[in-house]
Amino acid sequence: MGAAIREKGDSGTHRVSICVSPCIHLYYKYRKGRIYLMLIVSQLINGLQLGSIYALVALGYSMVYGIIMLLNFAHGDIIMVGGYVAMLTIAAGVNPIFAVVLAIAACMILAVVIEKVAYTPLRSSPRISLLITAIGVSFLLENLAQNIFGANAQPFPNNKIIKTSSLNIGGVQIGVTAIVTIVVSVISMVLLTFLVQKTKRGKAMRAVSEDMGAAQLMGINVNNTITFTFAVGSLLAGIGSILYCCTYPQVSPTMGSMLGLKAFVAAVLGGIGSIPGAMIGGFAIGLAEVLVRAVGLSDWTDGVVFAILIVVLLLRPTGLLGRPMTEKV
Amino acid sequence: MNQEKQIPMPVRYLINIALLAICLVAGNLLISGGFISSYYQKILLQVGIYIIAAVSLNVATGYLGQLPLGHAGFMAVGGYTAGIFLKACPLTGIPAFILSLVLAGIVAGIFGIIIGIPALRLKGDYLAIITLGFGEIIRVILLNIDNVLGFKLTGGAGGLMGIPKYTSFNSVFLCVVITCFVIHTLIKSRHGRAILSIRENEIAAESCGINTTYYKTMAFVVSAFFAGVSGALFASYLGILVPGDFGFMKSIEILVMVVLGGMGSMIGSVIAATVLTIVPFLLQSISQTVADYRMVIYSVLLIVVMIFKPSGLMGTYDFSLTSLIQRLINLPSVHEGVAKKGDGRNE
Repeated sequence: MGAAIREKGDSGTHRVSICVSPCIHLYYKYRKGRIYLMLIVSQLINGLQLGSIYALVALGYSMVYGIIMLLNFAHGDIIMVGGYVAMLTIAAGVNPIFAVVLAIAACMILAVVIEKVAYTPLRSSPRISLLITAIGVSFLLENLAQNIFGANAQPFPNNKIIKTSSLNIGGVQIGVTAIVTIVVSVISMVLLTFLVQKTKRGKAMRAVSEDMGAAQLMGINVNNTITFTFAVGSLLAGIGSILYCCTYPQVSPTMGSMLGLKAFVAAVLGGIGSIPGAMIGGFAIGLAEVLVRAVGLSDWTDGVVFAILIVVLLLRPTGLLGRPMTEKV
Repeated sequence: MNQEKQIPMPVRYLINIALLAICLVAGNLLISGGFISSYYQKILLQVGIYIIAAVSLNVATGYLGQLPLGHAGFMAVGGYTAGIFLKACPLTGIPAFILSLVLAGIVAGIFGIIIGIPALRLKGDYLAIITLGFGEIIRVILLNIDNVLGFKLTGGAGGLMGIPKYTSFNSVFLCVVITCFVIHTLIKSRHGRAILSIRENEIAAESCGINTTYYKTMAFVVSAFFAGVSGALFASYLGILVPGDFGFMKSIEILVMVVLGGMGSMIGSVIAATVLTIVPFLLQSISQTVADYRMVIYSVLLIVVMIFKPSGLMGTYDFSLTSLIQRLINLPSVHEGVAKKGDGRNE
């Protein structure tokens, strides 16, 4: 078509060629723009995919922080354990669906055990001791995994859980994994919001995070509620773990620490203790990370995520949706 | 009541100096006499480097009561500063080494100011996570700065190689002594009292007229300065620096030393750093599988100590030789009460 127009320009008058050439230009610009647009759309979907995993993990951080003011460093490593359980059970020949359920259950049980053994005895001690214990638990899980499974990353059989094909929607290639990830995350978040806002359990959780002492006086079983919060948080972490392993099909002992830290950044960005905040923060961090990579600065991704954290903490320490906290003497 | 004999201050200093001189001479004699093989010398140097790192982290964690998780970042800054300086500097030998140590400390201290002023506006968990973020950013910058600058400065992932090796028993020993002395005198001074009061209760300290921002930054900078020195010693000890050496794990390792030893106890940090540095070598000589599980053992220890003795093994107790001597002198004359009195006093 371009050639035809050019021919016309050659044979026609000077005036025509002046008139036509901007049209060619515009047409090419349009085609180029479409390619850019498709690129942007597919990057956005990548960002949403990564972001929804971050959001799922961030919800766990946020809920636990909201209820006992603990930055649960071990949360990221629970994800790692979930990944290993899924990989090993599938390798042992278990039905993938059952393996996924088993992995999520393992995450929940592990989190509850950690809470009972390591965190409950320290509930009345200074928060710094609790934080150091959490670091210790995270360290323990990571090193145990390193000794049991070896330090190297192992392939994850992702195509047994979600097919690794991609769909063509409006000229944009979208992986099935991306669609499943986003849909599952959104459903989980909706269910979580329902649980926290509409059920009796959720009411108890909100009451305990508001004022533990007063909640106890009102007849709420504080210990059970905290354990329940840990279980729900790690249920989400388990789902996040499977989705993460399907997106980046490998498991390694240290995979949880960076994922956990970034999810924590997401939780802080959204406002720690706030559930919608964790979702917004997760999507924002995922998009930011993908955009940095798309620009060609993939070496700097971690740096940019932490820079976002620092900027947020300095400008608005309570995050986007967090409540300001005042300290009493 | 005041019948107990006091040792006058100058004599106390003399006793301590004499003791240090004896240690230094004894160490040198043992090395030159061949009683300490080069393998054990290496362990000794590492012990010294970790003691400096742990004691300096103790300023921020134990005395100031904050929890920075980016200590390895300051070590990295100091190490790289010293390494780049030593490679570029026309001077050689001891003067260059001393200059590099001072420079490393100063640059790390400047980073301490840059990081400390914004970070110390936050408390507790937020401070921990923001310092962790800064530590990671320092690592990412060290890893990638060469691509931006276009010439070799840090050597990227391959590492900074060919740093002259100057670190010796004497230099590490002297650095440990200077670090402990400076931090000890700082904490016993008026400024140190202010720092301790911030740990006890920040709001109360502020209402007593203590400039909390100033003292927090000061403690943070002192901590960063000596971390830089330990990083410089580490650089000149290994001769090669890799950004991966100074990750989050290293920060945690040093934190484990401080916490196990007792937050706010210098002798605790020194003992914990010594034991935790030597133990892996001992385990390795016993069996490799046990050595592999050393980090597992550390983390279990950390959790157990936090649950059963949250203040660490030594609590805030500080050892003082002269008070001990004083107590011994006073033992026959006054049997009761003196022991308690001697405890709190140091040098």
